[in-house]
Amino acid sequence: MAAVATCGSSAGSTGSAVATASKSNVTSFQRRGPRASGTNDSGPRLVSIAGTRPSVRNGQLLVSTGLPALDQLLGGGLAVGTVLLIEEDKYNIYSPLLFKYFLAEGIVNGHTLLVASTKEDPANILQELPAPLLDDKCKKEFDEDVYNHKTPESNIKMKIAWRYQLLPKIEIGPVSSSRFGHYYDASKRMPQELIEASNWHGFFLPEKISSTLKVEPCSLTPGYTKLLQFIQNIIYEEGFDGSNPQKKQRNILRIGIQNLGSPLWGDDICCAENGGNSHSLTKFLYVLRGLLRTSLSACIITMPTHLIQNKAVIARVTNLSDIVVGLESFIGSEKETNPLYKDYHGLIHIRQIPRLNNLICDESDVKDLAFKLKRKLFTIEICWPSHYSWIHPANYLLRALILLFPLPRTMQIKMTTIMSYPSNWYIF
Amino acid sequence: MFVELNNLLNTTPDRAEQGKLTLLCDAKTDGSFLVHHFLSFYLKANCKVCFVALIQSFSHYNIVGQKLGVSLTVARERGQLVFLEGLKSAVDVVFQAQKEPHPLQFLREANAGNLKPLFEFVREALKPIDSGEARWTYPVLLVDDISVLLSLGMGAVAVLDFIHYCRATVCWELKLRILWRRPSQPTAQRDQSFTYQYKIQDKSVSFFAKGMSPAVL
Repeated sequence: MAAVATCGSSAGSTGSAVATASKSNVTSFQRRGPRASGTNDSGPRLVSIAGTRPSVRNGQLLVSTGLPALDQLLGGGLAVGTVLLIEEDKYNIYSPLLFKYFLAEGIVNGHTLLVASTKEDPANILQELPAPLLDDKCKKEFDEDVYNHKTPESNIKMKIAWRYQLLPKIEIGPVSSSRFGHYYDASKRMPQELIEASNWHGFFLPEKISSTLKVEPCSLTPGYTKLLQFIQNIIYEEGFDGSNPQKKQRNILRIGIQNLGSPLWGDDICCAENGGNSHSLTKFLYVLRGLLRTSLSACIITMPTHLIQNKAVIARVTNLSDIVVGLESFIGSEKETNPLYKDYHGLIHIRQIPRLNNLICDESDVKDLAFKLKRKLFTIEICWPSHYSWIHPANYLLRALILLFPLPRTMQIKMTTIMSYPSNWYIF
Repeated sequence: MFVELNNLLNTTPDRAEQGKLTLLCDAKTDGSFLVHHFLSFYLKANCKVCFVALIQSFSHYNIVGQKLGVSLTVARERGQLVFLEGLKSAVDVVFQAQKEPHPLQFLREANAGNLKPLFEFVREALKPIDSGEARWTYPVLLVDDISVLLSLGMGAVAVLDFIHYCRATVCWELKLRILWRRPSQPTAQRDQSFTYQYKIQDKSVSFFAKGMSPAVL
């Protein structure tokens, strides 16, 4: 499990993690190191960009996804130049939240935003962003929200299910001195002055589809072609790839694309199994990845993969994305009434984490993760039992014993906790 | 280059086989460490390598290559390595009209074209230079990863044709070695197959027979 703390060994050189965008063929994957072209004057160190930090493992520049718990699971954050693909939950209730957290994090850090959508006007999306919880008052609010009843769970030493104790706790509270990753209050809106002070670009397909933007011929659907052109334009005009001699950019571009692949984009991949445009989406992702790899940008895409008929396309889309996170909400499924999941709203699956500039990646050991949307916060926690259908036969013996020989109440509670362990932990 | 893998495959950079096609398949996992292994192996064996990198950028392979003891920038400058960076080229092809045929020309075409320009690029890169002195031992073609061509609109037939052409030219005409990578379902029958388990570390990979991992024993 990746450590969240910034690496101590390179404390003095956080600045030089930024790719030297002034060079022409740089990618955002340059390793941190002394500047190759030494200037005569000792030259100021590269100014570190707000809201970024180098990865502990390989010096990769990371940005926060807006959810510190998710950052932790992804090995510290989202690497600059990569794509985070969110597989939408069935009724598209929770994936817009992750989308908004990503954008809100961009506004709080002063990054430039590019919001693309077909359903909602990007200006409206920005109005609905959650408000950031600032350090001084969030601790108080957080305490009353989460710990409104005394739960000494964290202090119980697990006797038999001791392996769970070794699993790291997922950080769900605000860290007082973190500048990387903020907490947001889902019940309040982002202050208007912050939105107006930010630099953002919107791409609303119904408006753009009729415009006469010069478009190179390409075999993508027109919506995708226009979006790619728009993104490439912004990257070039605002100097995120270092190729524009007039613009020296020291900021990150956060791109958010909502519901990619849905029929509103003109793509029929969700309607038919072997449609005419079956390669449009994957081509789009490939070219987008090419644009991202050569610029200081990070992208979040939400996609209704549960609607894609052709399973091979889902595999290709996964292959072409860097990080893939799937959301599965319990609404309408049989898991809603399952008592084990009663505290949660859904499961979160980390399907893929990239191995960038490295042979290994920070794959989390924990696979059973669930999320819940509390009144104010979206939290991700380890979900204790995952295989309820098959219970170790020895459990029945234990249950029979308990029924025959009633135990004092405190011991009974501990026993039920033990019995709901995953079936692959053999404790007998 | 992973020494343990060399031992398993019974090869060293000095006496590697020629005229063979090696297919790297991974199913539900990431087998990219094998690509890094073979790339560094053949660079160390002083071969001329044409690397068609479709899925990651040059600096990614370079940084991992440095961990394994080869420098791709030096190899490229010396002429030992011909590197086609798919991601960067795709952006150039899509957004600007190209004057000459580009290896990734098919990205601009609406219908499924063929991979002839890409094949021409490979053949051009690997043909022996008639300068008299042989600097490199034998040429190698590496493609990472061929399933990206399917994602980009090529039909399976076009990709198979490309593989066939490359194999015919590279393996038999020029006596070379090709390595492909594609994710796939694991295929069944082979004459002689060995199964090992592996664990990837920061700079190396250790292999062991099934069930013999130190973590288990």
